Amino acid sequence: MFVELNSILNTSPDDVTQREFILLSDRKADASFLIHHYLSFYLKAGCKVCFVGLVQSLSHYSAVAQRLGVNLVQAREKGQLVFVEALKASAAVMLDQTGGDVAQMSDYLRSPVPELRALFEFVRASLSQAEAEADSNSPPVLIVDDLSVLLSLGVSVRAVLDFTHYCQATICSQLQGSVVTLVRCDDDDDDDEDESSSHLLRALSHQCTLSLRVEGLRTGYCRDIHDQVEIWWRGTGENVQSQRKIFQYKVYDKSVSFFAPGTSSAVL
Amino acid sequence: MAAPMENATKGTRLSGSSTSFQKKSRSKLIQIPGTKPSVHTGQLIVSSGVPSLDCALGGGLAVGSLLLIEEDEFDSYSHALLQYFLAEGVMSGHELFVASAQDHPDDIIKDLPSPLQDEDPDLKNASSSSPGQQDAMKIAWRYQNLPKFQSVLSSSSRFGHYYDLSKHMEQDLLQHAKIHTFYLPEEQPASTHLSGVLGPYSVLLHSIQSLIRQNGFDGSNSQVKTCNVLRLALHSLGSGLWGDDVCVSPAHNHALSTFLYVLRGLLRSSLSVAMVTVPTHLIRNKLLRGRLIRLSDTAIALQSFSAADRNNSLYKDYHGLLHVIQVPRLNCLGCEVPDTKDLAFRLKRKQFTIERMYLPPDLSDSVSRGKQHLSHWSSFCLTASSEWSRSSRAGS
Repeated sequence: MFVELNSILNTSPDDVTQREFILLSDRKADASFLIHHYLSFYLKAGCKVCFVGLVQSLSHYSAVAQRLGVNLVQAREKGQLVFVEALKASAAVMLDQTGGDVAQMSDYLRSPVPELRALFEFVRASLSQAEAEADSNSPPVLIVDDLSVLLSLGVSVRAVLDFTHYCQATICSQLQGSVVTLVRCDDDDDDDEDESSSHLLRALSHQCTLSLRVEGLRTGYCRDIHDQVEIWWRGTGENVQSQRKIFQYKVYDKSVSFFAPGTSSAVL
Repeated sequence: MAAPMENATKGTRLSGSSTSFQKKSRSKLIQIPGTKPSVHTGQLIVSSGVPSLDCALGGGLAVGSLLLIEEDEFDSYSHALLQYFLAEGVMSGHELFVASAQDHPDDIIKDLPSPLQDEDPDLKNASSSSPGQQDAMKIAWRYQNLPKFQSVLSSSSRFGHYYDLSKHMEQDLLQHAKIHTFYLPEEQPASTHLSGVLGPYSVLLHSIQSLIRQNGFDGSNSQVKTCNVLRLALHSLGSGLWGDDVCVSPAHNHALSTFLYVLRGLLRSSLSVAMVTVPTHLIRNKLLRGRLIRLSDTAIALQSFSAADRNNSLYKDYHGLLHVIQVPRLNCLGCEVPDTKDLAFRLKRKQFTIERMYLPPDLSDSVSRGKQHLSHWSSFCLTASSEWSRSSRAGS
């Protein structure tokens, strides 16, 4: 959890009531630090978190979370965290066809027309269970890292959008929770391919309530400023006008510092 | 990212023998030859066989990660990198797995470069010349504290070996190494229904998985207690010889990306490290290249200069450019950022090195430079006629 980002977004782990659909995205940059932020943020807030780890192993996430002051293994044992080890399951699913929940959930790897129905059913089951126990007021949260991997595995953009739409309807509306997803773009913006991640990003931007877009610096590589992040809030209620702010940032070992463009300590 | 990596010592700096600091817990750890904990993340890393490449990638290749090399146009330099990677495995006593559809793996292994006996000639020269530099600068004293100019990337501690490309490795070294080969034309075609998703790569994936499982690299087989690293070298995936049509048709094809994803899952739960070369310039679907890069941990691209480009005086010292496209962020938030991304490689008579790219000094005399300036100026000048500027450039 990065304190600076919390103050920019005007949130704190003590007060998580908003139902949000947060879209993280990157282009020619790496936005994975934001995933770690939200994972530790919601765990500290005491929410029940379902984390779908499609790109890294559990040990990676827990090593980073340790640096941010959260113990994933403990959270998992307590039942606060449901961690879907999709990467680890992929090898088992592709090679062994052994049964089990995770193998069933990963049917997008095997079927000729891949769908995410089983994954959604699992997410809903694990999060509504928490709602039934209902010993705390904190809302359930789904975090997916990252959706664009699914496109590489042959899942269509349409199927991914169906998945996110169902998740938003169930978790944000029904369960009053939040959804955080990451989409990594690896193509040019003007590509008009149907199955490109840019296409997915545009569709999700239309859905989301808060969007954090990480982009590489236009001026090229720099050692002291890693990239820039554009934060976009959807306007609600009286002020329909959405807000937009751009920050540059630098990632450190345990934190990230954000600053207005051009005000890096390396420049001033 | 199995358990042994997590309790690896964090932040032990092994630079030189000047320090007497030693962590007490070191002796308890499992020591695998040819590996060391990374200075930045504590991750177990192995050398790629080219010390300057290790340096460009932040110390080395993390065990459990996947290095993607985008081949140069004629696959000559990427092939050399693959052989360095394997040779380093032989020298460190690691197990090797070589897969190819083009050259027979036995031929690749036969041609491995021989290790140099007098290690690292560059470093020796540097250390012998440094005491002579003690005399203080009197005029340009501000430059005194600047670090010594060094274009070749190298780290202070020695890690990995140097090889002589002009000689082949001796037979007895190769005989001691445990080498597994996979040659596509000699394999049985896949019979399972899975070949639909993974296409031509399902046989390859099955043999990798059974190797990892049988030899206990994932720690599941309790009878075999090997504590060794498996190096996987997969040559030219995606080329037509693998039976993949990504180079032929622009249609969406997920076989290669699915293979890389599942391979990544396998690597993560075992003591193995993979180097994959892909001829990305041949791939027709433009979305696929970015996806392959995202699915691997480290990605580099080699861009060799064709004969025409080498006539360019800017690049005359180098054989090509090295682009570090992606550096992994494993077990940490950030990654080690290099101070420059302008890297070039050069194949000297015997070895392959990666250097920071510098423009050569302009040593031409000032008269001709003055004329050159004039001709440039005139070509930018709007009023000058194009003919005049052309004639003046011809004169310079």
